[in-house]
Amino acid sequence: LSRIGDELYLEPTASGLSLRAVNSSRSAFASFLFAPLFFQLYEPGGPAPGTECFRCKVHMKSFLGVFRSLPSLEKSVGKCLILLKPRASRLVLQLHCKYGVTKTHNLAFQECEELQAVFDTQCCSSRLCAPARVLAEAVVHFPLTLAEVTLGTGPGGKISLRNYTEDEAEPSKTMVTELWLAEDEFQSVAVSPGSCITFCLKEFRGLLTFAEASNLPLTIHFDEPGRPVIFTLDDTVLEVHLVLATLSNLESNSQTPLTNGVSHLPTPSDDFADDLGSYMVALETSTCEGGPPSPTFPLHTPRPAQRDPEEEDEEDEEGAVPGTPPHKKFRSLFFGSVLTPGGPGLAPTQEVLAEDSDGEC
Amino acid sequence: MRFRAKIVDLACLNHFSRVINTIAKLAKTCTLRLTVCKLYFILSDKVANGGASMWCELCQGNFFDEFQMEGVAAEHNEIYLELVPENLSRALKTAQSAKAVKIKLTNKHCPCLTVSVELPSLSSSSRIVTHDIPVGVIPRRIWNDFREPSVPDFDVSIYLPVLKTMKSVVERMKNLSNFIVIEANLSGEMNLKIETDLVSVTTHFKDLRNPPWASEDGCQSSTQGRDLESMAEARIDIKKLQQLLAGQQVNPTKALCNIVSKRIVHFILLHEDVSLQYFIPALA
Repeated sequence: LSRIGDELYLEPTASGLSLRAVNSSRSAFASFLFAPLFFQLYEPGGPAPGTECFRCKVHMKSFLGVFRSLPSLEKSVGKCLILLKPRASRLVLQLHCKYGVTKTHNLAFQECEELQAVFDTQCCSSRLCAPARVLAEAVVHFPLTLAEVTLGTGPGGKISLRNYTEDEAEPSKTMVTELWLAEDEFQSVAVSPGSCITFCLKEFRGLLTFAEASNLPLTIHFDEPGRPVIFTLDDTVLEVHLVLATLSNLESNSQTPLTNGVSHLPTPSDDFADDLGSYMVALETSTCEGGPPSPTFPLHTPRPAQRDPEEEDEEDEEGAVPGTPPHKKFRSLFFGSVLTPGGPGLAPTQEVLAEDSDGEC
Repeated sequence: MRFRAKIVDLACLNHFSRVINTIAKLAKTCTLRLTVCKLYFILSDKVANGGASMWCELCQGNFFDEFQMEGVAAEHNEIYLELVPENLSRALKTAQSAKAVKIKLTNKHCPCLTVSVELPSLSSSSRIVTHDIPVGVIPRRIWNDFREPSVPDFDVSIYLPVLKTMKSVVERMKNLSNFIVIEANLSGEMNLKIETDLVSVTTHFKDLRNPPWASEDGCQSSTQGRDLESMAEARIDIKKLQQLLAGQQVNPTKALCNIVSKRIVHFILLHEDVSLQYFIPALA
């Protein structure tokens, strides 16, 4: 949760204690719901029935500071008591340790409205479920500094992960890494063919670390580009949701679409090598010192973006929390200047200097 | 112009990755020259590199199980590519348990070296990771810029001390000064010196040997007639030396340096199947 936001939202409910966080651009939201059975004692308390449960938020760092060193906690702490004292405005964390030592931490909290991202896994057209280990092994091939990754479905039921390169960055400078996973590496695959989404890797890595440590399979629910992707972990006493914004359709068209035949799916017998002969000819006869510009393929015209009225309605994505900064369009905030109406130049006026001989599948 | 190669043996892959890691530490961008028998990593002495240059040569047969190359033309059966070795290093880093690694020259959105890694997986088909590393194709008319540098007329040639020791000495000196003086004589003595306003530190190495250089055409080698005790010295950028030493992950079979007094230091590191030469110019 600390990888996502600076504040930890606590909400005790009848169905358990919910811990949540959201990032500043409201493009990532996570919630961990611990069922009452997870605890030795669970009293959500609260005033008379019919009124809402008490909610608050605390500084993430303060909360984490109490549980700083896991190994020493495991050795010395017998019980941990979490107590909300609304009238004293304090969240009490009490660690009952060995030898009769009790450490009591009083954290100041702020009351807050409900933090709830609006999402519905049932509305997602695609779903993947895999052991966390498989996804962790997949993600290791991408550099730690990589911001965004694209998840796509390809021919033969294969699932691909590819680093997302921004439109503006020179295509001739950036290394592109793509990983293909076979359908049978997943526990279940129910995807609409040709779909692909781009989301931020950092928060996803955080969830993967947790999933791997708790040995839980991870389910990914996604839909069209622009609609959020939802990662879930399920256990008898714990329910985890991570909701991330995805890049909307306009930007994703500038990448070589996975849906078209010109995909980079490697075949097992990759026998032919590329012939750069024609490229070299162009290079030799060029009078310009630096050589001709990199050859490009005519970019495919995008599918018309499905701009349903619902998609424009930002309220579908996140619940607004009054008192916090005005609700901004998470897409534009998250992806900065990349989002331009009308899309980046896609006109096939670039001179094709060499054919794509690697394209056949 | 085509190129494809394949490594299947894990030890070869490991070895090749280590070479690439070394190159990546020495150069941000360099030239890869491919011939039928060999691969070369070349860094020519441009101002951008601080005047340092590098020549690294590998026999492809020692690394690749398959290696096919077709150069730009029959009479020029070679390929020169400009690439960022760090990209190649990264692509190979997570391939250490691979079943096979293929490297191919491809033309995607631009000329690329495509590294295709086949990884074992619990499923029926392997996992495939591809890395498209953009490269620049270097036209034939400037191939002359990348010729093998000749061994300079050195004043002293001497075997280096144990690289690990030399590395830790240089690393500590780097905290104190930006420049280091290497001096050596024909009696197997070498000193590494730094001097600042506050402090000067010298580390002395003895009993290193001096390699015998047979002169090619029978005329006297540049070191003949030289006083055995007299030191040849050069003051060089300490960071360059540190990068060279830090990049060595395995002890070379032979490691020596040739010093041209006040001009240049020429390092030669020889492994069984890789040779690396690194030139660091002397500064005033």
